[in-house]
Order: sequence, then C-alpha cells, then structure tokens
Amino acid sequence: MSLSPSFKRSLWVFHFNAGSCNGCDIEIVATITPRYDPERFGVRLVGSPKHADVLLVTGPVTKKMAPRLRRVYEQMPSPKVVICIGTCGQSGGVFYDSYNLDGPVDDVIPVDVYVPGCAPRPEAIIYGVVTALTKLERLAGGEE
Amino acid sequence: MLTIEMILMTVAAAVVLSVLGIAFGLLLLGIDRRVSARMQARIGPPLSQPYIDLKKLLSKENIIPENAVASIFNAAPIIALASSLIVLLYLPIGSMMPVLGGYGDLILVMYLLAVPALAMVAGGFASGSPYATIGAQREMVSMIAYELPLASIVIAVAWLLYSSGITDPFALSSVVANPVWTMVGPLGMVGLFVLLLTFAWVSPAELSKIPFDTPEAETELAGGILVEYSGKNLGLFTVAQGVKTLVMGGLAVAIFFPWNISPLLGLTSYAAMAVDAIFFFLKVIILMILSVTVIRTGLARFRITHVVTLFWVYLGLAGLFGLSLVILDSVLMGGF
Ligand code: SF4
Repeated sequence: MSLSPSFKRSLWVFHFNAGSCNGCDIEIVATITPRYDPERFGVRLVGSPKHADVLLVTGPVTKKMAPRLRRVYEQMPSPKVVICIGTCGQSGGVFYDSYNLDGPVDDVIPVDVYVPGCAPRPEAIIYGVVTALTKLERLAGGEE
Repeated sequence: MLTIEMILMTVAAAVVLSVLGIAFGLLLLGIDRRVSARMQARIGPPLSQPYIDLKKLLSKENIIPENAVASIFNAAPIIALASSLIVLLYLPIGSMMPVLGGYGDLILVMYLLAVPALAMVAGGFASGSPYATIGAQREMVSMIAYELPLASIVIAVAWLLYSSGITDPFALSSVVANPVWTMVGPLGMVGLFVLLLTFAWVSPAELSKIPFDTPEAETELAGGILVEYSGKNLGLFTVAQGVKTLVMGGLAVAIFFPWNISPLLGLTSYAAMAVDAIFFFLKVIILMILSVTVIRTGLARFRITHVVTLFWVYLGLAGLFGLSLVILDSVLMGGF
C-alpha cells in the first residue's frame, strides 16, 4: 500500500448504515454542518463507495446488511480506512445478543478505528478521523 | 502558407496553453469551493484543495467494474479532457488570438462544447450500473434542453456582426475585435443584457452544477454518471470539469466582455499579452463566481422535468426575446 502525502489532506468519506437506530447517522450529519466544517481539512461526504477513502459504519450489522456491508467494503478502491461509529458496532450495544445480528462490525469487515458513544458527539467523530490519519501515517512510515 | 516553424509554434502554444488551462481550471474549482464555503459561514478548504484531491485520486486504485465496457469506460475521461482542452485552444485569451483561430468558428465551439458531456454520457452507459445509466439519460435530456438558449445567443451575436457588415461574422476573432455592446442602440442593449443573463443560466447547466446537477445527483443517484469511476479516471474527469469551467467563463468573456486592459496602461507586445491574460483570468473568476458559485450555493437542485421546462420555456423565450430585440434594434438603426 503506497500512501501519498496528499491522501491525508483529502479524505473522502462514505457513510454506510448497517442497521443503526439513526442516532449515530444524525451525529455524522451534524459533523458536516458549518459549525464543525470538516471541509477545511479536505474531508468530504461522497455518494459512491468508489469515490471514498474512508468508510464510516454505523449500527450493529443486521443479518440482511452483512453481505451488503462486505460488498460495499470490497468496492472501495484501496488504500482505504474503516471507522466504526457508535457502541452498537463494537459490541452490539443496546442490541447485544439479538438473534438478528451478524455483527459487531469487526466480525464482518476489518475495522481500523472505533469511536464509542451512543451516539458519539461530533467532536468524537472528528477525533476518530484524526486517529485514522495517524494510523495511516504509521502504516506508511513502517512500510517505507 | 503553412511552414514547419508555424506548425511547431502552434503545437508549442497549444501545449503551454493546455498546461496553463489545467492549472487554472483546477484553481477555479478551488475558488468556487472556497467562496461557496464563505457564503455558508464556513472557513472552507484551501485554494489548493483540487490539486490535493487530484494527487490523491491519481495515487488510488483504478477499479473497472466487471460488467462495464472497459474500452469506452476508460476512453470517456480522456475524451472529455481532450475535447475541453481543444475548445480552450479556440478561445482568445486576452489580446492573444486563439491558437487554432484560423481553423474554426463560434459554431464549431458550440459543437465542441457538447463533446465532453457526450463523453460522460458514453462513460455512464458503459459503466454498466443502473445509477450511471439514469444519470446518463438525464445528462442527455439536459443537453438537449440548454442547447436552444445557447444557440439563440450565438445567432444574436453573429447577426449583429453580419448586419454591421463585418466579414466572417462567426469567427471568434472578429467577435472579440468588435465588442457587441458598441454596435447596438438602447433597445439592443436591453436585448444583449437579457442574452447575458440567459448565458449566466446556461453555464451552470453546461457544467452540471447545482441547481442543474440532476445527472450527478449525489443524494438519489449516488454520483450518477460518475458512480462507478474511481482513482485515475475520476481524477481526469475532475480536471476536465475545471477546464470546462474555464472554457465557459472564457466564452462569456469573449462574447460579452472582450475589452483588454493593455491599451489603457500603454503596454505593447509581450508585456501587453501577459497583462491581458491576467486581466482575462480575473474576468473569468468574477463571472464564474457570479454565474456558478452564487447560484449553486443559493439554490437547491431542480428535478429533471423542471430543468427541461426552465430551459425550453422560460430561458428559451428569454433567449428568443433578446435575439428579437437585437434584430429589431439593428433594423431600426438602419443596419438593413
Ligand atoms: S450506538 Fe446508539 S445511537 Fe448509535 S446506532 Fe447504536 S443505538 Fe443508535
């Protein structure tokens, strides 16, 4: 995986809802409002996984959503990062032990950064993205 | 006579202009994003953001979908970029006459303007995704829609030049040499102003910007025509978009605001060319902010049916109204 330095100044984000209660999705939308303005760091929400560098997954991954999540992940061009937003995706959260779950997220696709909270605040989501950047830098530094 | 030196000069000028055009086109996209952000009380990305995006896209994986027609899918972004660059070579930049000026006119430019959109349509159909197919169909519909107002503008300008007895009324160099505003009376002024406003509404449609970005609608079509494009191909489309923005601005400057600043400053030769080119780019920036950025930040997206009604009924009528005012004016002035 080769990383150009411009990668971290231009992260395009694709948001995938894997059965979330919509709480986390509302917080993601709040994150891209003018108050937080992530576009000044080059972060942009895009409509197609083919354009994306970062996959934001919310929700505990229901049985129906698991194959779709896998397909969306595979459609993203590498290098790519996955961020799991919300407690749901880490442990199942309030849906823990449900007969309907195939998750948590890291049972379905590899996750790089976890942002806990139910729902996490926009600040936490931005911090998660920054952590993902440092991880990318570490990866790039280690490999070169 | 065509000599070897002339051909070499033309090729060199074309290469330089293409590089400049790409760089400036991307800068235009950056200015657009920055101004739009400021209008929404945001700080916005740095002006160099499109360059950073492009560098990132070039370093990413280039995915070709399994059920795509690979040859057309890969050719579309290259054709889109190449054709927008060719239009640029037909436009006069400041006091520098068009590089290919002797080989084509306003009509050719109009047709060439349709080629990038056609390439995108072909790419959309070739990518084998239902979203891209819908996007491509919508792009074709809006292309048909905005062609009528654009044509009425071109006809009005050519008519003006023809009626005042200028040979070669369709050549861009004669359009630039004779500013349209100086050839009309008060009635024609009104007509030209209506045409200018019409042009300001055609440009965002030509560039697929909000409110006319129905073919690329991110929320319901997931990127539309571009949905399957990634990496290098998507980057090429971004560059083509930048060059197209420059071309539309340049066309508006050539038709409506062809004045140069060097006679005022008393400059000649290369200094004049450089100053005029800078002045030209400034004019393009202002026009783009007014006709693309402000409109796209202030409005929401039209539905495709609304786009067709707007262009065929309202702007079509406005274009024809402006055209008839211009003709009436030149008849009254005794041009005919
Ligand atoms: S973590 Fe909480 S807010 Fe987020 S999707 Fe799960 S239940 Fe909803």
